[in-house]
Amino acid sequence: MGILRPRLLAPAVAALLAASVAACGGDSGGGGGTTGSAEPGEKITLTVGLFGDFGFKPLYEEYKKTHPNIEITERVSEFADHHNNLIKRLATNAGTADIEAVEVGYISTFTATPDKFHNLKDYGLDARQSDYLDWKWQQGLSKDGSALLGLGTDVGGLAMCYRKDLFEKAGLPSDRDEVSALWPTWEQYIETGKKFAAANVAGAKFVDSPGEIFRAMVNQAPVGLYDAQDNIIVASNPEVKKAWDLSNQLSQNGLTAKLAAFSPPWNTGFAKGSFATIICPAWMTGYIQEQAKDASGKWDIAAVPGGAGNSGGSHLMLPKQGKHPKEAAELINWLTSKENQARVFKEEGTFPSIPALYDDPSIQSFTKPFFGDAPIGKIYSDAAKALKPQHLGPKEAEVRTAIGNGLGRVEQGKQTPDEAWAQVLKDVEKIK
Amino acid sequence: MATRAPDRPAAPAGVPTRRHPRRPGWSARLHRIDVAVSPYAYIAPFFLLFSAFGLFPLLYTAWVSLHEWTLLSDTQTFIGAENYATLLTDPYFWNATFNTLSIGIISTVPQLVLAIWLAHLLNRPLRAQTFFRITLLLPNVTSVVAVVVIFSQLFGRDFGLINWVLGLFGAGAIDWAAGTATSHVAISVMIMWRWTGYNALIYLAAMQAVPRELYEAATIDGASGLTQLRRITVPMIRPTIVFTVIVSTIGAMQILAEPLLFAATTSGSGGMVTGGPDRQFQTLALYVYEHGFTNFDFGYASAASWVMFVFVVIAAGVNYLFTRRMGGEIR
Repeated sequence: MGILRPRLLAPAVAALLAASVAACGGDSGGGGGTTGSAEPGEKITLTVGLFGDFGFKPLYEEYKKTHPNIEITERVSEFADHHNNLIKRLATNAGTADIEAVEVGYISTFTATPDKFHNLKDYGLDARQSDYLDWKWQQGLSKDGSALLGLGTDVGGLAMCYRKDLFEKAGLPSDRDEVSALWPTWEQYIETGKKFAAANVAGAKFVDSPGEIFRAMVNQAPVGLYDAQDNIIVASNPEVKKAWDLSNQLSQNGLTAKLAAFSPPWNTGFAKGSFATIICPAWMTGYIQEQAKDASGKWDIAAVPGGAGNSGGSHLMLPKQGKHPKEAAELINWLTSKENQARVFKEEGTFPSIPALYDDPSIQSFTKPFFGDAPIGKIYSDAAKALKPQHLGPKEAEVRTAIGNGLGRVEQGKQTPDEAWAQVLKDVEKIK
Repeated sequence: MATRAPDRPAAPAGVPTRRHPRRPGWSARLHRIDVAVSPYAYIAPFFLLFSAFGLFPLLYTAWVSLHEWTLLSDTQTFIGAENYATLLTDPYFWNATFNTLSIGIISTVPQLVLAIWLAHLLNRPLRAQTFFRITLLLPNVTSVVAVVVIFSQLFGRDFGLINWVLGLFGAGAIDWAAGTATSHVAISVMIMWRWTGYNALIYLAAMQAVPRELYEAATIDGASGLTQLRRITVPMIRPTIVFTVIVSTIGAMQILAEPLLFAATTSGSGGMVTGGPDRQFQTLALYVYEHGFTNFDFGYASAASWVMFVFVVIAAGVNYLFTRRMGGEIR
């Protein structure tokens, strides 16, 4: 039964990663240290490293029409793998794509190493500053603010998606304004959940799991897991503890479907209608549509309890390993342009980080039949306008995982919230 | 006939015979060197590769483990045995050790017993023998990723086949991945699925070398099939059993892929390297992976690897002594 025999773990692990990240394509980008630009007319292949679907594929086709010498390949891996691999590839100076997407939970990790990325200002992209939400722009800057390392794609203004049919079955109102009126606060959201549970709708719980709800609540607070000096303040920030307590109330009242976010059973849960509500940053709308293909018209979107917040959103960065930084920078500029952000939103649901679009009539009036013609353009514009930025620290994702595991232990009934919290604090203390 | 040096060519006429005495010595010496050195040259590739990919990393890991060494920082500070001290006081490490032993026992013991039984069944005149033997090996050639993904679905809480079957008998839905014992059983089943047939084939090969007369004599004496298995087969193939036990132990101590992928398919990416939110099925290899390749703390991960290496040696040694004794008693 020799599972993995080699004396050293690294090759086995590398093989395993290659196997588990089946979607990871060839390493055509990177490797060399030369940064010379290509001769005109020479065929250039640019790789774009993403996690999940960014809805860029139609854009590549169009870009190739105006840039016949550019070939674009996309390599997509799973969220955590993508970012961990990027860290490894930067550290070992080999294997990054020409353009790498970085989610906001990791952005501070990468802006802390400005020597590994090109300064986009060198390619004239600081001209884009006036386009962007100021905080989104700031997130892409190096720590001292001198270099522009990432250009924003989307922001994840919050809303709450819910299943109309399940709400009706539970005897709750199903119109989106009436639903929004049910839960101005998270406490009221939990009360609604108890009513839903009391109606005993077969096969459905009120919410998928406490993890993403916790993340949303923390993101609504003015200060989250880190203070402005990059100290982890999980133990001392009362907002974090409050979010923890509320999230655990969901578990303890049996309102959660115990489906961990982004796991295959969670995906199945969308298709089977295993939960009635889910926290819904703009990008989640695309995900729901993808997973619950047969549920068109059953989902709708209401306001999020507790006020505006941001969850997710990404930047595109330009690692120094790439051989064609000039062309890649041009592509970044194009992919994040005002027109294309609007287009990706309409196709994929990821919401633009360019405020000029928020009052654009084509966005304001945009609805989606899948969500019962909900005015998602207006909903997410309002959410994005109300956003207050929050400082994110370098190990944001690791801290969140430690807390998420704590929430999972309570949800699975293995620990009381107090025991789990004590363990979370110990785990977080170890994060350096 | 013993090898001997080729006859030296006769000296051509007219050539001075002054150098004559030296030539046979030179040729013979060359031959002697050839005989002495060539075998080493033939096996050298293995040892060169082993040194490069086995021995060097082993020693280098020991060196790294004495440092504060992370992927993200260019400076490495020597801290002596501090990593080891932290490691041995980390409850998560001991939790991983427990899980490794637990999964190892739950998977290995039934697997080897089952393998002996399967081999025993196949070690008799059967039609389509080759077909059965190849079938045994099939699970072993399937990719571990495929096996874990499929079994994770079978062990699914809401829509899994196993819970559905149990439900027919009135059992409630089991959240296999959530519980410590249930997750260990689920992972052990995946391991058994892949490796039982492999071990059965090894046993079968050994059983075919057992003289037929022993069985014939036993049959005449009225011994049942089970008695023959216990009294003849097992003692006769003892060296093979010792071999499989040791190899299985080493494999069981290094289980990584099954729990990693099982966590990924049940707990999402968050709980992936921790083996579930409560670390209920985080094995030692996964613990090393967590610290080395998600926290990038190479020094600490190296220390954990070395302790794991020591554990593997100990476990293999204990099992070696145990299986030798077991065989002795049966005799």
